[in-house]
Amino acid sequence: MSLVLLIFLPIIAALFIPLLFKKVGQIHTGWFVLLVPAALFIYYSTLLPSIAEGGNRVSELQWIPSLDIAFIAYIDGLSLLFSLLITGIGALVVLYSIFYLDKYREQLHNFYVYLLMFMTAMLGVVQSDHLISLYLFWELTSISSFLLIGYWYTRDRSRFGALKSMIITVFGGLMMLGGFVLLGIMGNTYSIRELISQAPELVGHDFFVWALVLILLGAFTKSAQFPFYIWLPDAMEAPTPVSAYLHSATMVKAGLYLVARFTPIFAASGTWVWLVTGIGLFTMLWGSFFALKQKDLKGILAFSTVSQLGLIMSLLGVSAAGFHVENATEIALNYAGFAAIFHLINHAVFKGSLFMIAGIVDHETGTRDIRKLGGLMSLMPISFTVAMIGAFSMAGLPPFGGFLSKEMFLTGMVALTEFDLFSMDVWGILFPVIAWIGSVFTFIYSFYFVFHTFAGKHKPEELPKPAHEAPKGMLISPVFLAILAVVIFFIPNIVGEWLVKPAVAAIQPFMYDSPSDVHVHVAAWHGYITPELWMTIGIFAVGGLMFWTLRKWQHQYERFPNTLNSLYDKGMFLSDTGANRFSRLYMTGFIRSYLVYMFSFLIIIVLGTFVLNDAFAIDMNNLAPVGLYEIVIMLALLGSTVTILFSKSRLTAIIALGAVGYSVALFFVIFRAPDLALTQLVIETISVALFLLAFYHLPQISRKEERMRFRFGNAVIAVGVGVTMTLVALAAHSGKALPSISEFYKETVYTEAGGGNIVNVILVDYRGFDTLFEIGVLGIAGIGIITLIKLRLTKKEGQHENK
Amino acid sequence: MEIIMSVVIGFMFMAAVYLMLSKSLIRIIIGTGLLSHGAHLLLLTMGGLGGEAPPVVAYGVSVSDYADPLPQALILTAIVISFAVTSFFLVVAYRAYQELGTDNMELLKGTEDHE
Repeated sequence: MSLVLLIFLPIIAALFIPLLFKKVGQIHTGWFVLLVPAALFIYYSTLLPSIAEGGNRVSELQWIPSLDIAFIAYIDGLSLLFSLLITGIGALVVLYSIFYLDKYREQLHNFYVYLLMFMTAMLGVVQSDHLISLYLFWELTSISSFLLIGYWYTRDRSRFGALKSMIITVFGGLMMLGGFVLLGIMGNTYSIRELISQAPELVGHDFFVWALVLILLGAFTKSAQFPFYIWLPDAMEAPTPVSAYLHSATMVKAGLYLVARFTPIFAASGTWVWLVTGIGLFTMLWGSFFALKQKDLKGILAFSTVSQLGLIMSLLGVSAAGFHVENATEIALNYAGFAAIFHLINHAVFKGSLFMIAGIVDHETGTRDIRKLGGLMSLMPISFTVAMIGAFSMAGLPPFGGFLSKEMFLTGMVALTEFDLFSMDVWGILFPVIAWIGSVFTFIYSFYFVFHTFAGKHKPEELPKPAHEAPKGMLISPVFLAILAVVIFFIPNIVGEWLVKPAVAAIQPFMYDSPSDVHVHVAAWHGYITPELWMTIGIFAVGGLMFWTLRKWQHQYERFPNTLNSLYDKGMFLSDTGANRFSRLYMTGFIRSYLVYMFSFLIIIVLGTFVLNDAFAIDMNNLAPVGLYEIVIMLALLGSTVTILFSKSRLTAIIALGAVGYSVALFFVIFRAPDLALTQLVIETISVALFLLAFYHLPQISRKEERMRFRFGNAVIAVGVGVTMTLVALAAHSGKALPSISEFYKETVYTEAGGGNIVNVILVDYRGFDTLFEIGVLGIAGIGIITLIKLRLTKKEGQHENK
Repeated sequence: MEIIMSVVIGFMFMAAVYLMLSKSLIRIIIGTGLLSHGAHLLLLTMGGLGGEAPPVVAYGVSVSDYADPLPQALILTAIVISFAVTSFFLVVAYRAYQELGTDNMELLKGTEDHE
């Protein structure tokens, strides 16, 4: 129970943020917010020992019991690792944001409310055991990301980026929901744990591949995999703390989490292994390649994030391949799962610090354009050191954490070549090659990021602000992360024991029963030269050479068109204008057009039903006799109707309408409906009076009142409706499908209801509610009339913004 | 009689629809009024017009001789509601004249700017 409530702690805390911001303005709101992730981080840390031994925690909160939907917090190694990342990086980012966002100029209450909302959503994603609540939290991360990207909502680019990320990730989320529903149908449960336990039976199901692809769409859109990554670079319009937190350390890893979480279910499928590994690796290459095209510091980091996410994704794919190998725990393939989680931690550490440095550079120089930057090394020595550590870790240099996981990544890719399933024996060689090329570009852009910002010639005349080192408070978080990147290098096996192995055991339950079964020992030096080490040396050599000559060939990037983005832009433009144009086609704004649609459909539907059911019928029996009075009244009725049609003046038309009403009343008399006749006479009199009153008050706009012009189209529709109604009347009179309930009323009116006037008794007794609502309608009309007459909106100037 | 009435009803509907498709707001309102008259007669005809006695319990009248009370009850409700709607329409038209000075639907459409 308490674990579930902890998920909601941030969003509950968010309720107090606006109050704190308004009332305690002199203290930066961030200090209060900081308490939340810090406290959660400490609490989740206390769970480490028991989880590291292979335990888990479950707690449940019912949400919609009748549909069997609940919030179930399930914490195993994988969930705990992510929860620690979310709260740990969260705390550092909030600390950083306190110095990044000015407490007087920024709308901090908005910012922190969104951030805390995101925290709840993200914790919910990684802890939910129930698919439906997982989906709910998943979409909530998209929404909070939308709000945070659009935080500076007055900027066009912010709004554009926010919308783009929202459209792409929510599209993926909906696909994922489809996959979840299919899984729910297949396994007859929405619990992930129960689904995993039934995994062997699910494989053969018809929906299996559909569910797989749909869930992968969700994961790929969220984790910015090719070709969906295009939202991530535009998401960089968000304030830098947000980029560091959502768009590198946590939210974009939700897709990785999803893939990891579902590996036990889908690993049995070759499609899964191919898709996850292939798309991941391709994304890694693509992202690292285009990172060098970027001129914006955060743009470089965004593409680098895309690339690194692809790397981890491909490792998860390889770890699923372990399912298909007999002695998977003994061959090099078993490095993949470990490497994925290990690199995920390393990436969060170094990329978090790099984003914060990019933010610092932006904050202290006023620009993020790498062409204007340079030579900041002496002015910002601490930032430079941090950036260097982060970038070297990203490039895979020792002695930083990234070196270890990068090498394990190469090990995993090389191991794929020995794999002889799913035609890997033919194509397998491609994987290490692509991985190697991607790593070379990773090396280059890491150096590009650091040295083109901090080395080279200082150009103070191009900077909007004179550069200087950031305030101490702002440096705490990046420095801390940089130290962590170094520390991880020296204690990889302690990190492995406590964080990585429990998570790996959760991803590969088909290989390991408990975290202690994961026999992976991380070492910087294996005692002999492995193929991976040769590959690493090659990366340094080639990467170094290419970086040296970067200025000579970087301009070649301008040749690559921005196909995917322009595709998105065109798609958005077309769907916007296209939809608008399409609805303009029929939404003309003339009431006549709408009436024409309605009447045409009335004719089509009613006549169509007639034709389909062969319902044309004229019953010549049981007819009432035709008398003289009836004929006379009928002629009067028809005559006045024709008069309305052809009258030139309104007055004539109104009087003729009254004549029609009185004729109808006379019909009621003849057809033995005294109540109707009385009501009709009264109502008709009032109506005519009302018409005349309105007519009297109307200003005379034009003396010459035109006769109605004959319009053929209108006439056709009018005649059609008339014919249809005649047919309906005939058919209704002729064919009585069911016995009328009238007989019941006639027989029981006195005995049951104690009344003599059957019509009145029906109205007030049998159908009393109808009458009540009829009075309601009268009341509403009355109120409407009074408001229309009494309330006059005073015309305000300037209300029409479009004028 | 029912067959003749059916044709009359069809004619009334035709006239009503034709009026409603015109440009003038007042004609549209007259059209709706005519439409409701037609609908009332339609209900009455559907139930059958042959009834020897009004549907009021009286001595010496057998149950089968009463006119069908159900359509009458429905029509009674409909009359009142159509009155409410017509008077509401009238006031809308009246206000529209006052504010905008026209009852031509083409002119009441509004311009692109207002969308």
